[in-house]
Amino acid sequence: MAPFIETRGLYHVFRLEDGRQIAAVRAVDLTIGRGEFVALIGPNGSGKSTLARHFNALLLPTSGSVWVDGLSTADPANLWRIRRRVGMVFQNPENQIVASTVEEDVAFGPENRALPPAEIRQRVDDALALVGLRDQRTTPPQMLSGGQKQLLAVAGALAARPDCIVFDEPTSMLDPRGRHQVMDTIRRLNSEAGLTVVLITQAMEEATAARRILAMDRGRIVLQGDPRAVFAQEERLADLGLELPPMADIARRLRQHGVPVSPGILSLTELTRALEAELRAGVTPC
Amino acid sequence: MESLSHIFAAGTPLRREALRDVNFRVETGERVGIAGHTGSGKSTLVQLLAGLLKPTAGQVLLDGVPAHGHNTTARDRRRRMGMGFQYPEDQIFEGTVFREVAFGPRNAGLKGKELQARVTWALGMVGLDADTVMERVPYTLSGGETRRVALASTIALQPEVLILDEPTAGLDPRGRDELLTQIGDWHTRTDLTLIVVSHDLTVLARTVDRVIVLRGGRVSASGPVRHVLSGTATLRESGLDPLPSVLLLEQVRAGGASVRIDRFLPEEAAAEIARALEAGTRSHVTRRESA
Ligand SMILES: Nc1ncnc2c1ncn2[C@@H]1O[C@H](COP(=O)(O)OP(=O)(O)OP(=O)(O)O)[C@@H](O)[C@H]1O
Ligand SMILES: Nc1ncnc2c1ncn2[C@@H]1O[C@H](COP(=O)(O)OP(=O)(O)OP(=O)(O)O)[C@@H](O)[C@H]1O
Ligand SMILES: [Mg+2]
Ligand SMILES: [Mg+2]
Repeated sequence: MAPFIETRGLYHVFRLEDGRQIAAVRAVDLTIGRGEFVALIGPNGSGKSTLARHFNALLLPTSGSVWVDGLSTADPANLWRIRRRVGMVFQNPENQIVASTVEEDVAFGPENRALPPAEIRQRVDDALALVGLRDQRTTPPQMLSGGQKQLLAVAGALAARPDCIVFDEPTSMLDPRGRHQVMDTIRRLNSEAGLTVVLITQAMEEATAARRILAMDRGRIVLQGDPRAVFAQEERLADLGLELPPMADIARRLRQHGVPVSPGILSLTELTRALEAELRAGVTPC
Repeated sequence: MESLSHIFAAGTPLRREALRDVNFRVETGERVGIAGHTGSGKSTLVQLLAGLLKPTAGQVLLDGVPAHGHNTTARDRRRRMGMGFQYPEDQIFEGTVFREVAFGPRNAGLKGKELQARVTWALGMVGLDADTVMERVPYTLSGGETRRVALASTIALQPEVLILDEPTAGLDPRGRDELLTQIGDWHTRTDLTLIVVSHDLTVLARTVDRVIVLRGGRVSASGPVRHVLSGTATLRESGLDPLPSVLLLEQVRAGGASVRIDRFLPEEAAAEIARALEAGTRSHVTRRESA
């Protein structure tokens, strides 16, 4: 996989009014491949959003460097090209609303790309359909419910069709169906259209959709690997204030009760299958 | 509240009926959860409860007084309620975390050491270390830190009725669990009335006694938490998924084990399944022995 985003020795230090400094990102060396799906997890304040803002040059390194598709974010001449390649869904969708109706808001990205009107309309339609907001196209965004605003932010990023989208907790306000819809869309765009995905989330189940999970703590990447490897590190995750996906958590507790289900279980299907085997075998828990 | 309905932008082309004919009572000291799909009317409902919106029909009574009234009794009732908004970022307006969290208590007359102690207590309730964050500028905090500060501002009022709209969104798992525990302890110590809106049924299973489910602005289910959260068909019809534990227990039951469905928390579900497996084995053994 060709590298798409690379960081080398990346530090980001915020200076506070009182002179204190916060090193929000420390010594991050990271390569995200083109078409990869990476999940970024970590406790509040661990540096996820700060790191992600380097991926489309919203922030520039205090030291170290970041390249996006071979373009250094430190070179102002690259700014526009980088922003076209990497879209962003912000943690608070209200920061992202720019227009007075849902459809104009979603059209903002494509319009900035000077696309023909028919193409823009098509993209807006597609994006609204993907998040289930078609019926709200003429609604002013401030009249949307909390979850609908989040869906709008996702639609806006999709309609711009960049090479990569950073989703900063895109489902935190969504009901289960909205979550599934957004996660299915992300997964499909990644596998079918080759979209490079960086997904920041507190929902461990969503992180299991990624090919690779990175866990941050106090500015550093402290744990990484495929979902099974990361979620096998139960104690490490607990130390970080994180948790296991729901089914892995129940499986862990079953093991504590002496039911021999294997540690790699992440999904409902996997756990159901393991338990069916147990039921058939009729093994006595010890 | 009585036959509560709410229509936004009535008489305009943007008319939105957010709630229709909602009736319920919340007793002092009760803990009530509100669930429902995206856009089902949850936030509208709690804003009506807090007297922040005036219903287009019906009324909300706080201790017998209309919630949105302008007289002093109504204002006094409202002052006893604290509301944590779904996007509380927008409610933050002070220049430091201390001033932000101190704002309500200061208006209520607290000062000096007492005020300081109240702010430290409220920040502790949301898992923030007062010394580290007190002088921070709120808008430079991380997403989760900001939400915690906003929650602390509401908690610092020590309201008699605490209304929280999606309080755990954006919190890390430990922060979420600690917050729920702290609020639970607070409820145990006092007569706190708690109203929690959440799309996360696990949050409701951990915090409330009674759940109201909204669907398209109407109540689709209402009752004790055990009852409502095990009503999988109604939850699905209302656009919600049953809890992960319940989904698993349904599968295990379909696989032939006799398990109860209303084991909502992961620890309860695991214990239930382990018990059923053991019982299954025992009956297996007994059958073999008697044969
Ligand atoms: N200020 C407003 N003006 C007009 N319509 C509104 C307004 N606020 C909400 N609505 C509409 O009322 C309905 C209910 O919205 P509400 O915010 O109460 O939903 P909710 O259940 O809180 O949803 P969510 O889980 O997405 O936060 C939605 O259809 C929404 O579009
Ligand atoms: N503009 C800023 N000025 C000063 N400090 C900042 C600024 N933005 C973030 N920080 C600090 O940097 C650290 C990392 O913040 P960041 O927003 O990257 O965390 P996060 O992992 O995204 O957390 P969350 O899960 O809460 O969203 C935090 O301690 C935060 O307070
Ligand atoms: Mg963040
Ligand atoms: Mg809402």
